[in-house]
Amino acid sequence: MAAITPEIENVQEEASTQRKTPFMEMVDNLRRSTSGKIGLFIIVFHILLALTSPFIVELMPQDPFTREAGRNAAPSLQHWFGGDEQGRDVFTRTLLGGRTLLLVTIFGTTLAMGWGSFVGIMLGFLGGRADEIIMRLVDAFLAIPWLLFLLLIVGIVGTEPWIQMLTLGFFYGIPAVRVSRAATHDYVTREFVLAARARGEKKITVMFRELLPNVLDVLLVEGAMRWSWMLLAFISLSFLGFGVPPGGERTDWGLMISQSRRIMALQPWATFGPIIFLSSLIIGINLFADALAKALGLDRSQGAPV
Amino acid sequence: MSELLVDIQDLSVGYTTKYGKLVHVLRNVDLQIGRGETLGLVGESGCGKSTLGQAMMGFLRSGSKILGGRVTYQGHDMFAMPAKELESIRGRSIALIPQNAGQSLTPTLRVGKQIVEALELNAQIKGAEADARAVELLGQVRLPSPEEMATRYPHELSGGQQQRVAVAMALAGNPDMLVLDEPTTGLDVTTQAHILELLRDIVKEMGTAMMYISHDLGVIARVSDRVSVMYAGEKVEDATASQIFKSPSHPYTRGLLESIPRLTLSGIPKSMPGQPPLPATLPGCHFEPRCEFATDICGTTPPKLEAISSAADNNGIMSSHFARCHHWDKLAKADFSEELKDAYQDVRKKDTAKPAITITDVAISYYRPGFLDNLMNTPHPPDTVSNINLTVNRGETVALVGESGSGKSTIVRAVSGLLPAKDGAISFENFDLTTDVDDRPMELRKRIQMIFQNPDASLNPRHSVTEILDQPLKLYFPNMSAAERDKRKEELLDRVRLGHRYLTRYPGQMSGGEKQRVAIARAFAADPEVVLCDEVTSALDVSVQAAVLDLLADLQKEHGTTYIFITHDLAVVRAFADRVAVLYQGRLCEVGTVDEIYAPPFHPYAETLLGAALEPDPDMEPKLLAGDTPESSPPETGCPFQRRCPVRVGEICDTTMPDWVSPKGAIDHNIRCHIPVEELLAMQTEPIAAD
Repeated sequence: MAAITPEIENVQEEASTQRKTPFMEMVDNLRRSTSGKIGLFIIVFHILLALTSPFIVELMPQDPFTREAGRNAAPSLQHWFGGDEQGRDVFTRTLLGGRTLLLVTIFGTTLAMGWGSFVGIMLGFLGGRADEIIMRLVDAFLAIPWLLFLLLIVGIVGTEPWIQMLTLGFFYGIPAVRVSRAATHDYVTREFVLAARARGEKKITVMFRELLPNVLDVLLVEGAMRWSWMLLAFISLSFLGFGVPPGGERTDWGLMISQSRRIMALQPWATFGPIIFLSSLIIGINLFADALAKALGLDRSQGAPV
Repeated sequence: MSELLVDIQDLSVGYTTKYGKLVHVLRNVDLQIGRGETLGLVGESGCGKSTLGQAMMGFLRSGSKILGGRVTYQGHDMFAMPAKELESIRGRSIALIPQNAGQSLTPTLRVGKQIVEALELNAQIKGAEADARAVELLGQVRLPSPEEMATRYPHELSGGQQQRVAVAMALAGNPDMLVLDEPTTGLDVTTQAHILELLRDIVKEMGTAMMYISHDLGVIARVSDRVSVMYAGEKVEDATASQIFKSPSHPYTRGLLESIPRLTLSGIPKSMPGQPPLPATLPGCHFEPRCEFATDICGTTPPKLEAISSAADNNGIMSSHFARCHHWDKLAKADFSEELKDAYQDVRKKDTAKPAITITDVAISYYRPGFLDNLMNTPHPPDTVSNINLTVNRGETVALVGESGSGKSTIVRAVSGLLPAKDGAISFENFDLTTDVDDRPMELRKRIQMIFQNPDASLNPRHSVTEILDQPLKLYFPNMSAAERDKRKEELLDRVRLGHRYLTRYPGQMSGGEKQRVAIARAFAADPEVVLCDEVTSALDVSVQAAVLDLLADLQKEHGTTYIFITHDLAVVRAFADRVAVLYQGRLCEVGTVDEIYAPPFHPYAETLLGAALEPDPDMEPKLLAGDTPESSPPETGCPFQRRCPVRVGEICDTTMPDWVSPKGAIDHNIRCHIPVEELLAMQTEPIAAD
């Protein structure tokens, strides 16, 4: 009888790094990436700011909704970013301006990635006639200029945050269908999927237990990127007057830029605040998404096919 | 006379990990290759063979660096040379033939054009002259109708033909030296045999030296003059091919030779425990943990590479036999061929006549007529698999053998329900197995399990071993509590001889052999009665292959499991199977017990396969009967082997499917050929004249 002792270890392998789960591996890689840490810091800063800004503004002597700063006032010690065309304090308005934006886009992205990847994985796995038909529909949707569609729906139904969440979530899920379907195709022919099918697992089990963990990497990175695009989309809506409606008790960076647009050439400071805040958030998301892709071993330059 | 072409002195290569640790890949390697000499380089995966081959061309993987030593090629130090000069040597004087030629050819260029490019770069000829030379080269690598071949795109060629084109490209610069990195791995046996003969002839004609890297000892034995055995980045033995194979003097070489199944010896070979350590990590001999001859000194003092004997070869060139072992003198004395016989132990013993799976007149097709095809009544192509009749008895192992495309996997997929049969009947007790797996009762699914070829692909990389084993347990035993499952998982790991600590590991953290054990444990979690094994050992190292076969044999003994075993490796079949079915193009050619299949009379196809199979014996000559022209679909009528058969009778082969004939005195032997069995027997027992 041949004695089989596979117990001989590779003595020198770093025992601690050997037992890592793939998730820990990813966290480990992320921690080594400076740009990823910066990106994450910026994102966390913005989210914390959005959560706490009403209380911060409360404590400050300036009020974002009263016209006390003077119309188009230049920055001063009292009003750090100056005043807008109605004489409101730009600094406090900027602090508050990301709240609706973040609320809508975070939930919108989650919704988009959720339904998009569910449908994508299902189509990628099942294939067949349904796949053909739905993918042509997806193509058709992708061909329509999305901004027009968004304007139409938001214009008809209203500018409530939950409506925007659902609308953006729906439209941004469409490209996610493509991406997750393509990522699924890479795995569907693998033998572990075949093994699960041969074992007689339910289709839904195969999708969630076998396929999802493998395409999750792509979906995470894709989700982070979608988020930054959705931010831009929402800002555009606001700019056009369909995001956060003007004159209400809410402020928004897109709206602020739009309102200060006419005098931008003469007195640009009223737009500086929202522009800096918005771009820092988007840069932060991009840095983080890139670092995440690297940490997961995906190369975004080769990219997921959309 | 024997001028040195390559002289590698004391070469050490290593790289630094992301944790800042230095890892050796090669350690103090000395290697010399003379003009026109063929050096074989063997060892398990991860022993530094490929790195050595690449270093010889002055190439290191990014991140790797030379830690010491020199590589001298024709008097030039390869790593001290300006890049321009190095470029002029590579391709022109040293050429590489990679493992996967299909991937090294540009898919968008005709192969003729690609060879012309190589010629323009390396032989400085242009225009019509280059075109003519390209065709000439294609002829030289024995591609049929070279002019026509030159106009094809790589995807229009078979794997063997692509490999020939790669050889032609390598020859473009008229090199002095070829580096071949597993060039025939992944090819069919017949194709492999043809390519090896081609290489041997080219080397002889052109006086080219070769460095042949392979893990396949049969291939190495066939091509090499001299063999170097690599282990953990070190050269452990270096001698002429006949010395290595007849009187191996390092325990590792012996271990390798004892762990390969052979055509001539039945039974499962001994396996070598463990796996190679990383180079330069042990104080003493690196083979010590796995060595059965090890003594105290082995653990503390690294052995030196010693010349243990010198002999002159046929050309009067002196060559020494080197071994890196403290105890070589004990090993060198022992008669290896006698010891070899003891290493193989027979597992065949079963005589159950109770059928488990009966396959009757089965036909399977991948063809799905589209709407237009139905409308226009397009004729259907011949079925991928047809007319299969096979009975698999309880507790026995039936092997399905054939080249790629012979329909082995297709049949197994039909039995597993992944690709339901189109016609015929497959039954298992009272169950009908022509149904899709989704329509089968859970009870039936549980009793038939499948193990796949490549454990890298068949285990989900995102699941730990616990999760992997939980899946069948949850599916088939829904009432099992978590504690019971934990107990069962430990039992399963015990059974496949893995420690319990493997439960928390992910596939990426295990070696190939360990992964395949987990895959086996997963299949046995269901307590199956029939296990379908699809090339389960072909992705594994030789030392591990024997252990996996042994494990499967033990599990069979304990549980009376029935195996349907797919493989292209005839030696594995010889070692493991009770009965064999030989398939060509989805049709059965020959069925019989192992001993019957491996002795005449043969079906001409079985004879071709056996003739092309290589044994680790430098004196063995393969018999190349049929050509290796690939066929992609079965013929419409007649014998499936009609187009390649070396002993075609005539018209009748094209029109009529031969009947099953049973040779006299056979227990269970059936051949399907128009040539009468007596004649086949007479033809095949005659010694065949070597050409």
